[in-house]
Amino acid sequence: MGEITPSLLMLQLMTGIGLGAVYALLALGLSLIFGMLNVVNFAHGAFFMVGAFMGVYFLALTGNFWFSLVLTPLAVGAIGLLAERFLVRPLYGRGIDYPLLLTFGLSYVMVEAIRIIFGIEGVSTSTPAELRGAVNLGFGHFPLYRLFLIGATAVVVLGLWLFIEKTRYGLIIRAGSRDPEIVRVLGIDIARVWLLVFGIGTAIAGLSGVLAAPTRAVNPEMGISVLAESFVVTVVGGMGSLPGAVVAGLLVGIVYSMTSLFMPELAELSIFVLMAVVLLIRPQGLFGKAGQMG
Amino acid sequence: MIDSPIGARRRSILAAGTAVAASPFMFNIARAQGAPIKIGFPVPLTGAFSAEAQDQVRAAEIAIKDFNAAGGFNGRMAELLVRDDKLNPGEAATRTLELIEKDKVQFIVGSLSAATQLSINAVARDRKVLFNSISQSDAINEAKDWSMYTFHEARNPHLTAGAVARYAFPRFGKRIVYLTADYAYGHEMVRGFERAGGPLGAVKLADIRHPLGAADYSAFLPRIQALKPDVLVMCNFGKDQVNAAKQVTDFGLKANMKVIAPILLLTARQAGGAEAFEGILGGSSYYWGLEDKVPAAKAFNDKFRKAHNGMVPTDYGALGYAGVRSVLQAVLNAKSTESMPVSIALRQLKYNWYKGEQSYRKCDHQSVQSVIIIESKSKNMKDKNDVFNVLAVEEANEANLRSCDELGHKIST
Amino acid sequence: MNQAMTLANSFNWIVRHRVGAVLFCLILFPLLMPYEALAINILIFGLYAVGFNLLFGYTGMLSFGHAAFLGVGSYLCGIAIVSGGWPWWAAIVAGVAAASLVGLVIGYLAIRTRGIYFSMVTLALGQIVYYVFYKAESWTGGENGLRGIRVEAINLLGWQLDFLNPITKYYLILVFVAAALWFVSRVLNSPFGAVIEAIRENEQRTAACGFDVARAKLLVFVLSAAVCGLAGALRALHLSIVPIDSLHYLQSGQAVMMCLLGGMGTFFGPFVGAALFLYLEDVSTAVTTHWMALVGVVFMVFVLFFPKGVWGSVLHWLARKAATEKP
Repeated sequence: MGEITPSLLMLQLMTGIGLGAVYALLALGLSLIFGMLNVVNFAHGAFFMVGAFMGVYFLALTGNFWFSLVLTPLAVGAIGLLAERFLVRPLYGRGIDYPLLLTFGLSYVMVEAIRIIFGIEGVSTSTPAELRGAVNLGFGHFPLYRLFLIGATAVVVLGLWLFIEKTRYGLIIRAGSRDPEIVRVLGIDIARVWLLVFGIGTAIAGLSGVLAAPTRAVNPEMGISVLAESFVVTVVGGMGSLPGAVVAGLLVGIVYSMTSLFMPELAELSIFVLMAVVLLIRPQGLFGKAGQMG
Repeated sequence: MIDSPIGARRRSILAAGTAVAASPFMFNIARAQGAPIKIGFPVPLTGAFSAEAQDQVRAAEIAIKDFNAAGGFNGRMAELLVRDDKLNPGEAATRTLELIEKDKVQFIVGSLSAATQLSINAVARDRKVLFNSISQSDAINEAKDWSMYTFHEARNPHLTAGAVARYAFPRFGKRIVYLTADYAYGHEMVRGFERAGGPLGAVKLADIRHPLGAADYSAFLPRIQALKPDVLVMCNFGKDQVNAAKQVTDFGLKANMKVIAPILLLTARQAGGAEAFEGILGGSSYYWGLEDKVPAAKAFNDKFRKAHNGMVPTDYGALGYAGVRSVLQAVLNAKSTESMPVSIALRQLKYNWYKGEQSYRKCDHQSVQSVIIIESKSKNMKDKNDVFNVLAVEEANEANLRSCDELGHKIST
Repeated sequence: MNQAMTLANSFNWIVRHRVGAVLFCLILFPLLMPYEALAINILIFGLYAVGFNLLFGYTGMLSFGHAAFLGVGSYLCGIAIVSGGWPWWAAIVAGVAAASLVGLVIGYLAIRTRGIYFSMVTLALGQIVYYVFYKAESWTGGENGLRGIRVEAINLLGWQLDFLNPITKYYLILVFVAAALWFVSRVLNSPFGAVIEAIRENEQRTAACGFDVARAKLLVFVLSAAVCGLAGALRALHLSIVPIDSLHYLQSGQAVMMCLLGGMGTFFGPFVGAALFLYLEDVSTAVTTHWMALVGVVFMVFVLFFPKGVWGSVLHWLARKAATEKP
């Protein structure tokens, strides 16, 4: 097995946080959409995948990583807006299962569309030149790009928090999730709020895709396993809870990383076991509201 | 061949029903002269390896065309029935049933994964239809899955891993760490490396297993870094390998160790890019660049280029070609299209279709063949296909395979 | 007017004898399909969907882990034959029993949650079963799947049946499917059947009426698992292999799609859905490599415009027609 030194543990922990950052972003989008719209977005993994492809595309188009970082969530969010307006909106009020099923079918279509446009092999991309290399953290060398990823996630989380807690529009969103009827009575177009929230949620998924693209293979199937993992995180954190999504994301990333160190074969299983355990002890998730169960 | 001894009354009821049915389902039909020789070709046209599968189809079509152009067998032309098994063993079994029961194929060539070839084999051998597998597996050689109708044109992981080990370990060092995809293929590769490495004095420092389809290897890389090996062996395949190559490069591991892989695919290298794969060395059943040294390769490449707009064949493509061509040659040699006589003829066949002398070992029908050692390059690439340097060719040698006894075969007739 | 009366009457007669009606269709079914293996797949997945529908359509619980029961049924049937040398009928029993047991365990753990959490728990527990079977390579073949499930000749009361003959295989499997359908129909017609539909409509009210909701849910969960287990066992015999992805959550997703396409909460709906789904997949595969997009689009169209599914919509239309035209 080799010696397990404290620095190895620290490195592994940092790696887990880096993994967790991507999970946190994905769960954030999922929880946002579920909390505000009561919709389980089964196409979330597909939006992530589309984000990765768009990131590579915009990078090739503009030659600038930062441009692609800005353009991609906008593009993916636009697709999300279209999906909500024409596919999901007709299903509100029909029960929680219908939007779930619709997004399930949507994911199939999105995967195939990407296959048609970009080919079946996937595209190759590498870490942007400005962010290459490793940083000496004292206990070992850690890739600069992953530090950037953690930082970017923190910025996004902060930005989202500020938006929701401190702006007027965020106030409307929070009210809308609590009581859509009253918000309507107050003369605010709740449909527009939901449209925007769905757009933001999918845009964040797209952003996590473009951020994750340099760290893994970009191919049409990359969203499938990611979806199951994002569900695990969202459920562990509590569906609809934004702080829960972030905390659970980091937790799952660290659990995966540490399990890989000691029992690598069980790494994937470990996160499902974690989910099962949390759900059986605290069915609403770590931060979820009791009673918000379906 | 198979007659149904059902009672007469039942048979008449069934007959009445089936009179309406589209096709009669008797297996024992005397073929009229001129009826085509049908070869079923189930491959994953959709899914993760569709690019490789489509290359298999392209190359197999060349073998069919050559056979027909030369007059076929007694005027009977060959026909390739391509089906999509979606890289899914359940689907592959269904397709095989369709090919045998509905299309009445004489032979089956195909598959592109360990699981699908085993499932196609299970269905085909129960119905006594010859199957020549064109994808890797160690399991198909074992007595449990083998039958007189089972042939294996492709290499097995044991052979490939052994060849790469024999080349790399003496040159780069004896302290080895394995990063292994946790499924049958990964384990088989590690086993092959260890077997070949043992006599060379190689020491396994660790065998780090990662889940199949793992997107993020960063969880495993710090540990590899800490172990300070001479050689890192990435025992994974396709997209896993692309992922691993990228992240190994990003983490800067290449500066401290030589990275090798048992198999390097042309398609994976093109998807991963020059930088991710730079300096990585591995094995292959075929690389078009062999044409400088091997005339059979040049002949095959030219045929492929002519038929497909200047494209070059990949390793899987070459297997598609050889798999079909071998079966058709055996038909000519046996002067029959029944599976058993063709099987006997295949066992005697010695051939050189694209890379050198090959033949099938008697006990397990494994095609004994050469392995090409290649290294990925990022400079001096003449075109987008010129991505590897051929470092060496390990010649075909039965001794490099697992022994018949080990595989559970009692007789090696 | 008379026409409407006889329509209503015949419609009612068919509904009352629904098992017979379904079987009538299924007996003729192989004549309609291009090849028997597809027809057999439809039988098997139809049964799988019927089992799933018991929980989803009738009780209102959306499980995403039902592949576990299909897979366990397949694997235990296969292992009984390959490793145990058991006769085929004993192996089927083994498969059903194992699936029911797993259903009991997963059900017990899962029914403490509701709604979306229930779906997620079943997904997680199903994935755990997947990984356990994946790892137990010496029993299950791991990633390569279980091979060698050979059933060639079946001795049935003196008759020698050749299982490799596709038509024989179809009708033999149909016997089991018929038995299971009869069983499900009896369950649905019983007072218990009324209870589970009441749970779907309003769980709290059902509890208020004095029914033990938790026990009812667990029982229907186990029954559903048993039916899916039978489908799995039959599948193992049909394909002579068990692929590992039988246990993956995408296989669970298939059951959901089939039920929705056909019509949840109807008796024949799942079969229609399975037939539609598999036939569509088969046909579109031959036409284009982008069949996944087609399936996805069709599915979305159904969710948006035909949520009752094909058969559900037909029933709805028939019922309305019979009701609106009075003598």
